[in-house]
Order: sequence, then C-alpha cells, then structure tokens
Amino acid sequence: MQTFDLEAEGLRALNSTLHALKGQTNATAWEIVNPKGSHAIAVGLDAPIDVTVRGSTGYYCAGMNKQATVRVKGSAGPGVAENMMSGTVIIDGNASQYAGATGRGGLLVIKGNASSRCGVSMKGINIVVHGNIGHMSAFMAQSGNLVVLGDAGDALGDSCYEAGLFVRGSVKSLGADCIEKEMRPEHIDLLADLLKQGEADALAKPADFKRYGSARKLYNFNIDNAADY
Amino acid sequence: MCGIVGLFLKDKSLEPQLGAMLTDMLITMTDRGPDSAGIAIYSGADDGKAKITVQSANPDTDFANLDADLKKEIGAPVRMTVKSTHAVLEIPDDKVDAARAAITDLRPALKVMSVGDSLEIYKEVGLPKDVAARFDLAKMTGTHGIGHTRMATESAVTTMGAHPFSTGPDQCLVHNGSLSNHNSLRRMLAHEGIFTETLNDTEVGAAYLTWRMQKGATLGEALEGTLDDIDGFFTFVVGTHDGFGVVRDPIACKPAVMAETDQYVAFGSEYRALVNLPGIDNARVWEPEPATVYFWNH
Repeated sequence: MQTFDLEAEGLRALNSTLHALKGQTNATAWEIVNPKGSHAIAVGLDAPIDVTVRGSTGYYCAGMNKQATVRVKGSAGPGVAENMMSGTVIIDGNASQYAGATGRGGLLVIKGNASSRCGVSMKGINIVVHGNIGHMSAFMAQSGNLVVLGDAGDALGDSCYEAGLFVRGSVKSLGADCIEKEMRPEHIDLLADLLKQGEADALAKPADFKRYGSARKLYNFNIDNAADY
Repeated sequence: MCGIVGLFLKDKSLEPQLGAMLTDMLITMTDRGPDSAGIAIYSGADDGKAKITVQSANPDTDFANLDADLKKEIGAPVRMTVKSTHAVLEIPDDKVDAARAAITDLRPALKVMSVGDSLEIYKEVGLPKDVAARFDLAKMTGTHGIGHTRMATESAVTTMGAHPFSTGPDQCLVHNGSLSNHNSLRRMLAHEGIFTETLNDTEVGAAYLTWRMQKGATLGEALEGTLDDIDGFFTFVVGTHDGFGVVRDPIACKPAVMAETDQYVAFGSEYRALVNLPGIDNARVWEPEPATVYFWNH
C-alpha cells in the first residue's frame, strides 16, 4: 500500500504519480489521505490500480477514469467520475450534482444519495445509487444503465435515448419522452447482475424495480409539432 | 462563479472564534471569487444600542470627528470604531432614524452599509485575504455571520458592487449566480419607490426582498417569492437578527453544501470551505434541496 498525503504533496504531484503507472505495475494499491474536498483528485487514471481516498472530495474526482478502481471513503463533489471510460468508482457517502455525467463505460456506485443531473448524457456507463437521485437525472441519457434503490426527483430521463433506467422507489415526475416500460426477464437478469456489481444485491430484489426509458417520439422531426419549434 | 460561506453558532464558547473561522472559510473560497470580498457579522444583540456601518472612499476626512459631530446632532452618545474604509457607529437604539438623517447632512459622501441592532457589514475590492486583513476580520466575535467572494459577471468590480447587500435592519443577502430579469425588476421596484444604487443584479434581489417585506411578507415568504419572481441562477444566503436562511433556484446549478453539528450550522459553496471546522468529520453534511427555503434561528 502506497500512501499519498495530498495536503503535504499537492494535487499535481498526486495525479502525475498516478498517471506514470502505465500497464503492469507492482504499485497497485494506493491510499490518499487529507483530501479535504480538493478538486480533480485521481483524474485521468489509466492503469489497473486500486485507489482509496480517505475523506470527501471536491469537483471531478476520478474523472475520465480508465481501468482503475477508485473508492471514496466520504462524499464526492460535483461531476464525480465524469466521462469515465472503464473501471469502477465507489462513493461511500453522497455525491453532488452530475455524477457520472457523459460516462462511456465502467461502473459508478454511490452508497448514499446523488443530487441533480445524475447520469446526464450517459453513454454506456452503469450507475448504481443506493439512495435517492435528484431532478433532471439521466437527461439525454444515450446508453448504459442507471439503477436507483431509492426515489428519483423531477423530470427523470428527459429526452433520453436508449439508456435503461431502473427505480425501486417513487419517481416525482418523468421528463419529456420518458415512459414506464415493461420489465421482461432479460431486464431482471441485467438488474440482478448490476445490483451484485453495485454491492446492493443484499439490499434490493430486481422484481421490486420499475423500468423507464425512451418512448422514441423525439427521435424524428414530427411535422405536427412544427409550431412548437 | 462566486463563493459563499456562512456560520451559525449554537455553542456560545465558539463565539470568540467566529471571525477566525469565517475568515478561514472565506479565504478558502478565493478561487471562486478573487475580485472582492465581504462579510456580515452579528454581535451585541439586544444590548440597547444600534449600529450603523458606513463606508467612505476618503476615510481620513470623512471619519474625522464624525462621532463628535453626530453626538451634537442627535443629542446622545456615539461610539465610533474605524476599520480602514468602514466605521461602525454605535448609538442608542431609539436614535437610528435621527442618526441616519444626520449622517446624510454631515457627510453626504458616506455610504450606509448596514443598520441594525447587531449587524455589521464590511466589503471591499481585492483578494479575500487582503480584505480580511484590512478589516481584521479574524479578530471579530459574534453569534453568526455570512461571507462572500465575488467573481463579477453582471456589473463592475467596485466596493458597492461587492456583497453582502443589506435588505433592511439586521438583514443582508449574498448571492452566487446571475439574475436574468434584474433590469425589469429594477424598473418595477423604482415605480414602487424602492431604489437601487448600482447596476448590480444581486442588489435588485436584495431590493426585491426589502419591497416584499415592506408589503408585509415575512422574510421566509419573501424568499419563497424569489422562486416565482426572480429569473436566473441563484443560491441566496440571507443573514437575519437571529440566524440565517438559504434558498436555491429550482434548477440549482450553483453549488451549496451544509454541515451541522451540536456546535454549529455551516454553509459553503464547496465542502472545501468547511474542512477546518471543529468536528467536521462527524458532522451531518448535505446539500440543500432546490426551491426550498431553509432557516436556522437562535
């Protein structure tokens, strides 16, 4: 285990040290102490390493992650795991707005609540939230899956494309072109796998969820709506 | 961008450190707002004396003998404490109207920053650390306070464009965001007899609250009204005689984090601002919900 004191050594030193770990490395376990809400902790990683942050983080923690597992032993500020490509990011506490935004792959697990715009414009990432999510979540979500064990705020899935949205609790309102959909056996299987990956299989059963997705009515220009543009 | 900090003490033993704690929080928010900084601090409530905080571009001439001149005009004792470009005038609380009128006559160039039983407002252009040093904010004591670091978007970087803005006796407002309909609101408020001094959008927000409360709304009702009548992005924090309030617009893109322990309730635009507070690791930390008015009172 390598320990890095962020307060003493600084952000640039941390990220350049982690960026230097390419391909095979023996230094696979890292611990970051004294994060104190700093921004951009462990962004742009591209190695199969395991990073644990002991405390809460600021903006954009673990953004653009590839391969690495980043675990935050606290809460995360805005834009955690933004544009993640692969790997796993696990937040023990809550996440602020636009968690997992534009993510293209990998897994983001939030054990507390996520606030507004969780999974906005997600493009392949899987997100599992143990608590609730805020308004405008999965806005323009394109692919990937968002699993919420708690409740969803206003305008869930507004203008979404082909992302899968699964919510166990209530949905305050659905966004434009987002509808409830039938839960077929393949969705139950998918959900069971995602709950297991998201360390939530002991907390919820796939059958308790409802599935939401695109009604696909905004995909093409509709002449009847011309007056609305 | 802008930075907001706020601290409401439940534990009286922390009151001597209020200024030091708020100053640390304020300086942490420098990169959200390096243009100017300000602080509103509440102390000495219900002591029978009122405070008027005034600001001058020429403090040496404007503040010279101001206490003696004011005492002669209002016929009551005046205690003046000068801090750089600001001075706090302490007067008996039944002499506030007389003193305000006298100040206008005696020193027409002075700007009144705040009036109230316990509120003092200090604000200037410059880096938050320089503003804090100029007013010796770290040595101030009190029950609660709010601070602001400004990155200007809607009007010039001037002392009067800095936050907090006073909205009435012992009331003030700071803002992170930008208002879209401030010009039409400013014209509407002028028709109603509420005049603003700057082209700043936040001052219109403050004037809106003043107007609503003049019409009989409580501060809570006036803050609810911002959600219907004010267009734009905002996280507002308001200071009151006995506490502070928070409201975010329904879209809530401007960040806000709160922390509560047995000793205090704290507000920060970012968690970074809160990390040096005592017991923060075990505090309840959360984000205030959009379009919801929160208050903490003594």
